[in-house]
Amino acid sequence: MPQLEIGGTTYEVDEDGFLQELDKWGRGFAQGYAAVEGIEGELTEDHWKLIDYIRDYYAQFGIAPMIRKMCKDTGFDLKRIYALFPSGPAKGACKLAGLSKPTGCV
Amino acid sequence: MVKRKTPMLDELEKGKWPSFVSDIKQEAESRNETDVDLQTPKEVCDDLLDLLELSFKDREGHWKHGGIAGVFGYGGGVIGRYCDRPEEFPAVKDFHTLRVNQPSSYFYRTEFLRKICELWERRGSGLTNMHGSTGDIILLGTTTPQIEEIFWELTHNLKQDLGGSGSNLRTPNCCIGKSRCEFACYDTQEACRNLTMEFQDELHRPSFGYKFKMKFDGCPNGCVASIARSDMSVIGTWKDDIRIDQEAVQAYVAGEFKPDGGGFAGRDWGPFDIVKEVIDLCPTHCMAWNGKKLGINNRECNRCMHCINTMPRALRIGKETGASILFGAKAPILEGAQLSTLTIPFMRMEEPFNEIKELVGKIWDWWSEEGRSRERLGELMQRKGFAKFLDVCGVKADPRMIKEPRSNPYIFWKEADIPGGWERDIKDFRKRHQK
Ligand code: HEM
Ligand code: HEM
Ligand code: SF4
Ligand code: SF4
Repeated sequence: MPQLEIGGTTYEVDEDGFLQELDKWGRGFAQGYAAVEGIEGELTEDHWKLIDYIRDYYAQFGIAPMIRKMCKDTGFDLKRIYALFPSGPAKGACKLAGLSKPTGCV
Repeated sequence: MVKRKTPMLDELEKGKWPSFVSDIKQEAESRNETDVDLQTPKEVCDDLLDLLELSFKDREGHWKHGGIAGVFGYGGGVIGRYCDRPEEFPAVKDFHTLRVNQPSSYFYRTEFLRKICELWERRGSGLTNMHGSTGDIILLGTTTPQIEEIFWELTHNLKQDLGGSGSNLRTPNCCIGKSRCEFACYDTQEACRNLTMEFQDELHRPSFGYKFKMKFDGCPNGCVASIARSDMSVIGTWKDDIRIDQEAVQAYVAGEFKPDGGGFAGRDWGPFDIVKEVIDLCPTHCMAWNGKKLGINNRECNRCMHCINTMPRALRIGKETGASILFGAKAPILEGAQLSTLTIPFMRMEEPFNEIKELVGKIWDWWSEEGRSRERLGELMQRKGFAKFLDVCGVKADPRMIKEPRSNPYIFWKEADIPGGWERDIKDFRKRHQK
């Protein structure tokens, strides 16, 4: 299992970089990871808005929200989400939010 | 260095059919000899074969479930795959596949094919699949750090984009259409390209509950099998009459023209018999031949294409052409395989294709609102009923949508359709009907 060190803390992540120990998540993890996912500098208010929304939803329902729902509830359209998280809502935003890997499909 | 020992896979090389095992071995040898500056492990094909042999032996797959790999700006186009025994098979530790948007109808220049093979040998496994069942160029197997590099080269040097994967619009696909085929009732390439460009966002940035495919066939011969393989099947058709050249019909009967464009040559089928081979095979029995003249009762013709395919020099599609639009085909994951259902009997297919774009918009809105996660449009149509679906599309039920009277009795009256609504005056009723 690959490990990742951010700000002195070591995290277990899977091969795609998704956090394995969900309870270890902290704001430092998200900020520390941002650059890898193509985000320059400090995470902005809008980044946090999306990250917090995803975490709340996950805490409530145990899954990541559907993209359309994410757009509706946050008021961000898809373009804005990709502008905030260039690698996209699943690979980028969910990863920074510390969710486990969304199960994908070809 | 060849470490491969694959007795079970070797079995798959026997017999007269092409073998993917032989193909992968061939690429493995060529990677060992090449002087190309390989950016991915040299042993990728060897490890792939060894890993598959192990899977056969264990009777278990050795790929992990799913994987998320991609390029910045896009959420689709790359299918992430990781091996679950990376220490033993390091060269296929990560083995991601790229879907690349194919050119319409697969028109290539050899120069392009050489370039894409060169790129894929250098930055991938060298293994391609031309073409995947989605229609894309499939580049099988590369490592994570290569993905952005490949994307850059693809888009800048080869001018080709990634295709769709995941819960998004899959790369639209079309038959060869008007570029080569006289049966084409509309320009499939134009329609396919136009809608591909219109829906770039839906193609590259997944936002649906599941995949959505659209395919364009120029006529009911269905060379891209849109009716079986796409959520939206656009199939060319005509409204008026099949054009008949009676002299050419005579020429077929006299044996001057070969039936089916000479397609069944190589065996003696005896002289062409128009009654046996055309008239009697018309599925709606709407053709007649009196020895001199061919007649078609066009109102009964269901455009199966048989007569036109058999005598293409004598029969032509009508002049008033467009497409029928059908929805909801899918493969058998839930509920079994399903063909798509006729929804729009006729639509003109001309630039800028606004009518079909509006229709697609309405359907996506409904599907996104009502559909469950991983529910294909065809399943939602079944769950909610076809009457509801017609409502969403804003079209009225029509006898042409009914395949057999008993299999889809989906015309329900709504109160608004009934003069006076559901309210009835019982006294008034009894004046006309005894108890
Ligand atoms: C039990 C395991 C698997 C199942 C049930 C499965 C199922 C499927 C299905 C249903 C499709 C769609 C085929 C189509 O559109 O006709 C597909 C496509 C694909 N699968 Fe799998 N798959 C499995 C394992 C794998 C593995 C291990 C890999 C790679 C290492 C893989 C790579 C792909 C790729 C690249 C495609 C897309 C091919 C194309 O677009 O033509 N799959 N798979
Ligand atoms: C609004 C009025 C009616 C409705 C909604 C209705 C509905 C149905 C339905 C759903 C079936 C089953 C069809 C199938 O699955 O094959 C059926 C069969 C039948 N109905 Fe009606 N029906 C109506 C009026 C009538 C009337 C007025 C008659 C006779 C005068 C009638 C005679 C029959 C017969 C004989 C069958 C059996 C046909 C067969 O299976 O061959 N129905 N009806
Ligand atoms: S689907 Fe019809 S129009 Fe298209 S290539 Fe096939 S025969 Fe020709
Ligand atoms: S197209 Fe098919 S249904 Fe129509 S006349 Fe020819 S054979 Fe008959």
